[in-house]
Amino acid sequence: MGVGAYVAVSAALFGIGLVAIVARRNVLYVLMGIEMILNAANINFVAFARHAGNRLDGQMFAIFVIILAAAEAAVALAIVLNVFHLFHSVKPEGVDRLRE
Amino acid sequence: MERSSKVFYGLLTVLVLAGLAAGSVAAGWEGLAFGGFSALTVGGGLICIWERSVVRSAFALLATFSGTAGLFLLLGADFLAMAQVLIYVGGILALILFGVMLTPPDLSERKIPRLMSALALIGAGVLWVGFRIATSATWATAAELPPVASNAREIGVGFLAADQYVVAFELAAVVLTVALVAAVYVARRRKADLEPPDVARAGEGRS
Amino acid sequence: MALLRFDPGVDFWLLLAVPAIPLLGFVVNVFLGRGLPRKGDWLLTGGMFVSMAITVWLGAKAVSAAFAGETFFHRSAEHGISFSWLYQSGKEAGSPLNLTTGILYDGLSAAMLAVVGIVSFFVHLFSIGYMHGDRRYHVFFANISLFTFAMLGLVLSDNILFFFVFWELMGLMSYLLIGHFGQDPGSPRLLQASAACKKAFLTTRVGDTALFVGMMIFYWKFQTFEFTELWRLAQEEVARNAGEHPAWMTAAGLLVFGGTVGKSAQFPLHIWLPDAMEGPTPVSAMIHAATMVAAGVFLLGRTYPLMSPEVLAVVTVVGTLTALFAATIGTTVFDIKGVLAYSTISQLGFMVAACGLGGVVFGMFHMVTHAFFKACLFLCAGSVIHGCHHEQDMRRMGGLRKFMPVTFLCMLASTLAIAGIPLCSGFYSKDKIIQSAFERGLTQFDGVSFFAAAALPLAALLTAFYMFRLIFMTFFGEYRGGHAGHGRGHHDEHDGHGHHEEHAHTPHESPWPMTAALCGLALLGILGGHFWLSTPTDPLAGHTSPWFLRLVSLESMYGGRVAALPATEHVTHLAHSLALWVSLGVAFGGIAIAYVLYQRKLVDPARIARNLGEVYHTVANKYYVDELVDRVVVRPTLALARLQKWIDENLVDGIVNGAGHLNRGVGFLSAWFDLKVVDGAVNGTASLTQTLGALARLVQTGRVQQYISFAVAGGLALAAWLILS
Repeated sequence: MGVGAYVAVSAALFGIGLVAIVARRNVLYVLMGIEMILNAANINFVAFARHAGNRLDGQMFAIFVIILAAAEAAVALAIVLNVFHLFHSVKPEGVDRLRE
Repeated sequence: MERSSKVFYGLLTVLVLAGLAAGSVAAGWEGLAFGGFSALTVGGGLICIWERSVVRSAFALLATFSGTAGLFLLLGADFLAMAQVLIYVGGILALILFGVMLTPPDLSERKIPRLMSALALIGAGVLWVGFRIATSATWATAAELPPVASNAREIGVGFLAADQYVVAFELAAVVLTVALVAAVYVARRRKADLEPPDVARAGEGRS
Repeated sequence: MALLRFDPGVDFWLLLAVPAIPLLGFVVNVFLGRGLPRKGDWLLTGGMFVSMAITVWLGAKAVSAAFAGETFFHRSAEHGISFSWLYQSGKEAGSPLNLTTGILYDGLSAAMLAVVGIVSFFVHLFSIGYMHGDRRYHVFFANISLFTFAMLGLVLSDNILFFFVFWELMGLMSYLLIGHFGQDPGSPRLLQASAACKKAFLTTRVGDTALFVGMMIFYWKFQTFEFTELWRLAQEEVARNAGEHPAWMTAAGLLVFGGTVGKSAQFPLHIWLPDAMEGPTPVSAMIHAATMVAAGVFLLGRTYPLMSPEVLAVVTVVGTLTALFAATIGTTVFDIKGVLAYSTISQLGFMVAACGLGGVVFGMFHMVTHAFFKACLFLCAGSVIHGCHHEQDMRRMGGLRKFMPVTFLCMLASTLAIAGIPLCSGFYSKDKIIQSAFERGLTQFDGVSFFAAAALPLAALLTAFYMFRLIFMTFFGEYRGGHAGHGRGHHDEHDGHGHHEEHAHTPHESPWPMTAALCGLALLGILGGHFWLSTPTDPLAGHTSPWFLRLVSLESMYGGRVAALPATEHVTHLAHSLALWVSLGVAFGGIAIAYVLYQRKLVDPARIARNLGEVYHTVANKYYVDELVDRVVVRPTLALARLQKWIDENLVDGIVNGAGHLNRGVGFLSAWFDLKVVDGAVNGTASLTQTLGALARLVQTGRVQQYISFAVAGGLALAAWLILS
């Protein structure tokens, strides 16, 4: 398998994650989309680590990504719950206080 | 099931089978494994964004994470695959499910035109970019790949070795701690929580 | 004797006193007249007597000099008595812009001065009685004194510019005096008097303008105003031109003659004189008989050397035409003063014609004689009018010789003079003029002379006729004035009488100041001719005396620059005899016709008038000259004035108003511009900014997903560009 296949999969997952962020009216989907994107990045890292000669860097980086994704997910959930308390809605459009 | 859903799942099935076939044809068992795991990943993602119910989407995400773990395995990162399943499925997915549980569903979900247009634009764009990259880029890959080997020990050493990733490791631990504290603080209970909340009033906030 | 020698040191100052006295009288009466006893009339008359005495005395000096065969020609400038009235420092005397004026006293001046002095004195005297009771008595005396000053100044001037100044002043005084009753709100003939004085002034103005232009042309060419210099330079110019007068000199001469046409009432500017009878009779006597109208003839005398033969031909024609024309009208007039007015015009025509024919001396002689008898005639007419209680129409008079014997005798004497009866002054002067015409005709055989030779005797015939018509109608027959005539006059006179009712129907003789004046002038009218007569052995020879010829001769007048007409002894003698018989014939013939028509009434004049029909009416309406002037001059001028008024009101004011409207319009435009365009730009910029801002704001939806979409789109674009390039 060439590295291209893995890159293609990663790209597809990345695109799907983007769509999940942009096109769903539920903030949880935003969360899910972020995780998908991070996963896509991880696939890319590991694929290149492997295909550049079993290097370690890519995998190390992927581990750190996972760690931080976890932290981020925790905080994001807390924020989502806060937003829900304030706006009583899970729709991202409702949170347009930054609107001009 | 809705008609559009039927169409979708039908297409998806076709896509998966095609992938499997292509993989096995191209690279034998490895190819098949790759095709299966890729199908799991991408298929899971597609289902995730297609499904109306958040819960079902969350479980589709489970498939995605699992597929990713499988891909890691194929790439010889066994420790990483385990870590992926452990943290992502066991931690993050749980968090998301908690979130799903604590928030009411929005029933006016999924306007098809928006989804479609978004898919069209972004998906097409990304696919095209990916295709170009995949076909035309020359990667700095090794000519001769060594056999897949488990490298858990190297990772562990890497975390603790003074000249490798120990600082990043420690910092990551700090970050986790901070995130834990922050999440607890941000999500603390407030006086307003004690009043019954208004259901589904879009865009309205009480100051 | 020493008393009769002209002494320049003393006599020039005396000559200055002559006009100064009446001037002083004018000033005194204007400021103090109202308060003086009798309003200053005897004061002014006394002053005039002194003036007259000086003129007569100095005139006698002139005559005695002529007696002794000397040339009498004195210029005060030669004796250092001159007044530099326009002085520019740095230039010598005599150059342009350094003008002086002085006195010229020669034979002509002497004669004229004496005439003016005498006539003026008698008119002052007459006015004491005639103007009695007038509301503006003192002003009247002031005016006639000032007028006398002007005339005396004119006679004494040695340069044509000051001559013109006094000429103009006389025009003004004529206006004031003719319009005397126009200033009195209570006068019944206020409007007519105002119109008449205006007409007089405007008509003579035409002539004055011509004179001014002519005078300035001479100044332009000769750089001097002095008479003696002008004569000299004119003679040199003619000599330079090989004996021909240059065209400009002819033109200028014609223009100068224009002044005479105006002031001396020649055709066609004669129209003012009959209307001028609106003035009081003493005014008519002085101004329109003796002095002002004579000034035009005097001008001809002073400028004779400047006239080219063409100009003189015109002069002759105009004069002759005037003489005949006015004489024909005079036969139809019924107003006593009117007859005298046309007679004046006619006699002036004689004088002018005489100058044109070459008999300048005889023209001057006729002027002198005419002054006396015409003044007397006017004053007698005034006496008649006064006696008939302001009746002026002869048809309402008659048989007055019973009521006013003195007036009758004086008038008869003067009428004999004007008719040209021998032994009266008028005979000699008129005879000489006719002789000049014959002489020229026989010498030069040109149409002008023939015309003069034919027309002048005819005019003389008519003169005799209408004057005796006047006599017969006025003083003979039955008195036809059955009621008090309120023809013309001023109410004040009645107030003065006090015994109005008794004299309401009876004419009476005039008071002594008036009759004294009449007698004095009548005497001079008769004897004036004799005085000029020389050789007692030949009283009827008709020769003007050698003394007169020397006093006022071509040689003495112009210093020998003008030659008399070339005529052989034979021609002169022939013309003389012919003229003598013609003069006698027309004089007695005219009287005879008048006698037949008006005394014996053998033929009814009214029937003759009817038979002549249209011809009579044309003449009686004065050949419609006034109407012609009205059509040709007055109406176009008024129309022009109306046009100018229209232009001023509509165009000029229209432009001004239009400018105002334009201003308003511009203001409106400016306001609109400011409001719509300027403010619009400002507001537009603001709203554009707002719109752009609103457009830009669309991006800021506050929705995170859209932000991510934009970011991704941007990123894709960047990637695409990177890939494709």
